[in-house]
Amino acid sequence: MGELVQLVVSGVATGAIYSLAALGFTLLWQASGTINFAQGEFVMLPAFAMLFCVLAGMPLWLGVLAACAAAMIVLGWGFKRLIVDPLIRHGVIPLVIATLGLSTFLKTTVRAGYSAEAHQFGSPFPGGVFRIAGINVSWADVGTLLVAGIIVIALQTFVTRTVTGRAMQAVAQNTEAARVLGIDVKRMVLYTFLINAVLAVVAALLITPTYLAKFDMGDSIGLKAFLAAIIGGFNQTRGALLGGVLIGVLENLVGFYVSPAYKEGVALMLFLGVILVRPEGLLGKVEERKV
Amino acid sequence: MKAGIKLVLLGAAILALAASALYLKRSDVYLLSLYAVYLMATFGLNLTVGYAGQMSLGQAAFFGIGAYVAAILLKLGWPFLLVLLVAAVVCFLVGLALGFPALRVQHHYLAFATLGFNVLVYLVMRNEEKITGGTYGISAIPRPTILGVDLNGHVAYYWFTLGSLVALGALLWWLLRSPWGRAFAALRDNPIRAESLGINITAYTLLAFAIGAACAGVGGVYFASLVEFIEPGPFHFSTSLMMLLAVIVGGQGRFFGPVVGTIVIILVPELLRSSSAPWLKFMQVWYLAVFGVGVVLLMVWLPGGLLSIPERFARKAGKP
Repeated sequence: MGELVQLVVSGVATGAIYSLAALGFTLLWQASGTINFAQGEFVMLPAFAMLFCVLAGMPLWLGVLAACAAAMIVLGWGFKRLIVDPLIRHGVIPLVIATLGLSTFLKTTVRAGYSAEAHQFGSPFPGGVFRIAGINVSWADVGTLLVAGIIVIALQTFVTRTVTGRAMQAVAQNTEAARVLGIDVKRMVLYTFLINAVLAVVAALLITPTYLAKFDMGDSIGLKAFLAAIIGGFNQTRGALLGGVLIGVLENLVGFYVSPAYKEGVALMLFLGVILVRPEGLLGKVEERKV
Repeated sequence: MKAGIKLVLLGAAILALAASALYLKRSDVYLLSLYAVYLMATFGLNLTVGYAGQMSLGQAAFFGIGAYVAAILLKLGWPFLLVLLVAAVVCFLVGLALGFPALRVQHHYLAFATLGFNVLVYLVMRNEEKITGGTYGISAIPRPTILGVDLNGHVAYYWFTLGSLVALGALLWWLLRSPWGRAFAALRDNPIRAESLGINITAYTLLAFAIGAACAGVGGVYFASLVEFIEPGPFHFSTSLMMLLAVIVGGQGRFFGPVVGTIVIILVPELLRSSSAPWLKFMQVWYLAVFGVGVVLLMVWLPGGLLSIPERFARKAGKP
């Protein structure tokens, strides 16, 4: 029993990281109809940026801030300006293909320009475990949950309690109506891209200590972010959170009780199961098709 | 150009490709065979992507399933043509099973489903050592003898592969010209109109995807016999990504798009790898990065792919 609880706790912590990546993915989709296949690389790049900062002798917190600033400029504003803006008019597929090309470019650049090896990345949390009610919990899991929780609550507060946040929600729900009401749609969409970039940095900070910094680390994170978003409901922010946590927990359970070799297949199975029963995702709303 | 002249040109090109084997080095003939094998898979993918308008990121998984089915059955002594049939049917059925849940909902879900599927298939190949040999793979896969003709030689096998590719191409061409194939184009260009004309979108899209998967399975069989040794590596989802990009780069929905696109993903990197000029050494490492940027630029300026260049010029010249 204690074993099971332990697996669930650490699964929730890993799942919380998937949720952050999935959340960014969902926000982009809601605000601008962008499906970003380079989402995994958007996590990989900040991991290397922070690694460089630490290697250059900066303390980790400064590295995180620097990575946030760089990510907002490059992965937020730059990505929107150079790739999304010119392509979004042509529909979803050209943009998807372009992000696939971007993902190939980013991976190869890191591999060819820096290294193909996996690099150690120090955890922002103290090591070790503590015992509570007969189960072992690692400080890293607690820290991960805490940080992810704070980020999610902060984001939720911003979106529901501030004027800007509400305007962003309006854009996500109905772009045309928002424009008629005088909301600066372009600016709101830009904010979404910036938030996505910051979420990617936080996900990188939390996941890299266990995944290690490697050029292809984004493959797995990206895939799970997409699947988590769909499992939870593509058009629901809460859905991304639920989907990520579900994947994290089930992966841990399957890895322990069934076979560690098939851990990576859990997300797909869950995805296929969910869309067979509830095509709109667990928390999703059915979308009307526009003619 | 009249259709007759085009056909003659195509025939001449195929004959030239076949004849070139007599003059080329052994390694180059191997490379051409490899190109032909991948082309079978990308032709199939073009059906899914270009004609049915679906994104599939799992073509390498079907390619791999075909290759493993071939490796196991050929080593058991099954006749090649029967193995071909089995591989095609298996991939077709798996394609149906995977495509059904994904396509029922939102069509871009197929991209995620196939991507996840590819990850899963790769895991099975690597972990089920009893069946697939794990990371050691399966070696000593025989080349076939068909109707008493021994295809063991590299030139003989190349001709056999090229001939089969032409046959597969002809089959797909015929399929796309049939009323059934025309329904495809209708549903890609305007799915809602197609549906209101009584075309069952989901059924057609699903069939297109499954047929595309079967083509990859067929390609996989030829691949296994060509390389004579298979392991999970070539069936990683990055190969699927390359195959998808090959279709797009060539020009999705253009019958000969994959012919151009597959050069970019197979021939060019292999030629780079075998060359020794210093600046080409640089390109070996950076090729995929350049390719990635190329894809982004192509989407911005030439979403129709490389084969749409002539039309682009024709349109520009037509304007005053």
